[in-house]
Amino acid sequence: MIEKFDTLKAVAIPLDRGNVDTDAIIPARYLKTIKRTGLGAGLFHAWRFDENGKEVPGFALNVASYRSGRILVAWENFGCGSSREHAVWSLMDFGIRAVIAPSFGDIFYSNGLKNGLLPVRLASGEVRNLISHLQEVPGSEISVDLPAQTVTGPDGAVYEFEIGSFAKECLIKGLDEIALTLQLEEEISRYERDRKTKAPWLFLDL
Amino acid sequence: MERFLFFTTSYCFRDPRRGNALPVKPVPGILHHNSPMPTIIRKIWDRHVLMERPDGLCLLYIDRHLVHEVTSPQAFEAMRQAGRKVRRPLSLMAVPDHNVPTSTDRLERIDDPDSRRQIEALRENAKEAGITLFDMDDIRQGIVHVTGPEHGLILPGITAVCGDSHTSTLGAFGAVAFGIGTSEVEHALATQTLWQTRPREMRITVGGATGFGVSAKDVILAIIAKIGAGGGTGYAIEYAGEAVRRMSMEERMTVCNMTIEAGGRFGMVAPDETTFSYLKGRPAAPGDALWESAVADWKTLPTDPDSGFDREESLDASRIEPQVTWGTSPEDALPVTGFVPDPENHPDPRVRERMERALRYMDLRPGTRLTDIRVDKVFIGSCTNARVEDLRLAAKVAQGKKVADGVTAMVVPGSGLVKSQAETEGLDRVFLEAGYQWRLPGCSMCLGMNPDRLKPGERCASTSNRNFEGRQGPGGRTHLMSPMMAAAAAITGRITDVREVV
Repeated sequence: MIEKFDTLKAVAIPLDRGNVDTDAIIPARYLKTIKRTGLGAGLFHAWRFDENGKEVPGFALNVASYRSGRILVAWENFGCGSSREHAVWSLMDFGIRAVIAPSFGDIFYSNGLKNGLLPVRLASGEVRNLISHLQEVPGSEISVDLPAQTVTGPDGAVYEFEIGSFAKECLIKGLDEIALTLQLEEEISRYERDRKTKAPWLFLDL
Repeated sequence: MERFLFFTTSYCFRDPRRGNALPVKPVPGILHHNSPMPTIIRKIWDRHVLMERPDGLCLLYIDRHLVHEVTSPQAFEAMRQAGRKVRRPLSLMAVPDHNVPTSTDRLERIDDPDSRRQIEALRENAKEAGITLFDMDDIRQGIVHVTGPEHGLILPGITAVCGDSHTSTLGAFGAVAFGIGTSEVEHALATQTLWQTRPREMRITVGGATGFGVSAKDVILAIIAKIGAGGGTGYAIEYAGEAVRRMSMEERMTVCNMTIEAGGRFGMVAPDETTFSYLKGRPAAPGDALWESAVADWKTLPTDPDSGFDREESLDASRIEPQVTWGTSPEDALPVTGFVPDPENHPDPRVRERMERALRYMDLRPGTRLTDIRVDKVFIGSCTNARVEDLRLAAKVAQGKKVADGVTAMVVPGSGLVKSQAETEGLDRVFLEAGYQWRLPGCSMCLGMNPDRLKPGERCASTSNRNFEGRQGPGGRTHLMSPMMAAAAAITGRITDVREVV
């Protein structure tokens, strides 16, 4: 269920860490749900809260100036590890709509696109610039323009990013990818018939 | 109509069966090597491409889809809401594993209502869709990546997916097998396909032979330490070389399993006689009538000698020592003979900061001998290391020894069939006599989701795959290692070089 994404200008939160794994984004004990909603409560739980449930003061998401943040800026390999889409759902439930990082775990990247959480890959130097600006002036805003494929930093610097054209189209228009693929039913059936003659052992019923 | 046009006119597809009418234009960030001879990765990929868009996005046919209780309920629910049906239910297998308690009374009681609800949801969804379910009372139940291969579901040359990152395990059979999120689970359920970008291709060649006390787990930990936790991002990895050829199917699964810990999209080993003899006679493998033609097909899969990869890495197996992690990323692996590293010695301030953070979390001091680190728990299990060969290796170390005072040690077989085989061989008695718990199959203490988890501050010698902060329970500290090494730690109560206790 994709939420449309076009442009977004919002307060950005610097998360000055690399290799942020999806267990850190949402610990496994929060995955015992059969719904997609309400997961914001568990977001970065071990970093946001101490063992008594009190907010950890220094953690970026707890800093007053970043409270209204809708964009997260982090270091390399963001969202590595577990495939749990709950990581994306928890970020979105918290209000985050875009994550900027030098690189992403591949599954997280894909999960983001499917939901309308825009993952933006920028070069390390560009991420460094953004993070230092955001730390110097907490509460400053970043603009993400998906149609133009640009990010504008608090200082007005413009950075370009790459994204697959199909994913971009789906995000901007809020298209239902499954409905689109289902229109290819004939192609899929034809492929199956062809495979069945070439590799019949793949079609034994399990 | 508008949507139909979206496909037919807005975008041009390449249909591989009609020839390459439209050349694929490389997209920045998506590399396409132009080697004339395809690798095994490319061969399997291309067989499954229904169509390819100019930007390199492929519609891949999915042969097998495994389902567990945690990442599937939202997909089934969305299908119901949209009035969609599972397209090919008989290509699926469902099994509860993440939530299931591993205690013997689990059929009578699951205390956690949320866990119970997820397991029930899986049961209902499987029943409604007509999907084969290995339920908790079925001897075939176990960790999805253990039970799938056991049943012969994973064959060379196929595509296989599961809403679980460790689906990379299944690449051991020479398959394209990768983890997906819930939205893609839904897409695969509804269409039997997925839209995927082509991976970059990497070959990791492990030459030579491993020494005494060194296992497949040590090989993969050494690989991750070498290329880094993000080193495989965007890549599919073929594991090759003499050491990999010598490995059993179970060892190859251990290696492929942790591909994701290096960020790899999927890992694989080319099929050979080891693969074929493992598969022969398994319930879902081709029977006598189709066996010869299947094997003939599988033999065409391996990478041709002239094929080129986007990247090549190599390791010498004879130089790999038993590995253990000290930090909070699987890349933090060191030979057990080593010392906790000193962040001061690292030139990059960001790495220094990460190391300092990891040391604080792990409560370790630089320069500490790894073998001086005491452990509270020992966990032998998980989709990485809970197959019968793993248990045999651990039992050999545990034989005639006792678990150290103050240490809780547990063995959690990867499936009911593994458990039964181990019991036939008397491995359960070896562990029980040494003071271990012998439990029922499931993901158990790998991920802090079911009752088996670490308490804050507890330190665990674990055969699982992730040492992330809080992975095995909030505040828990994980040291990843092989089953032999974990069994050695159980005897002494500290991280121990297995070569010194056998």
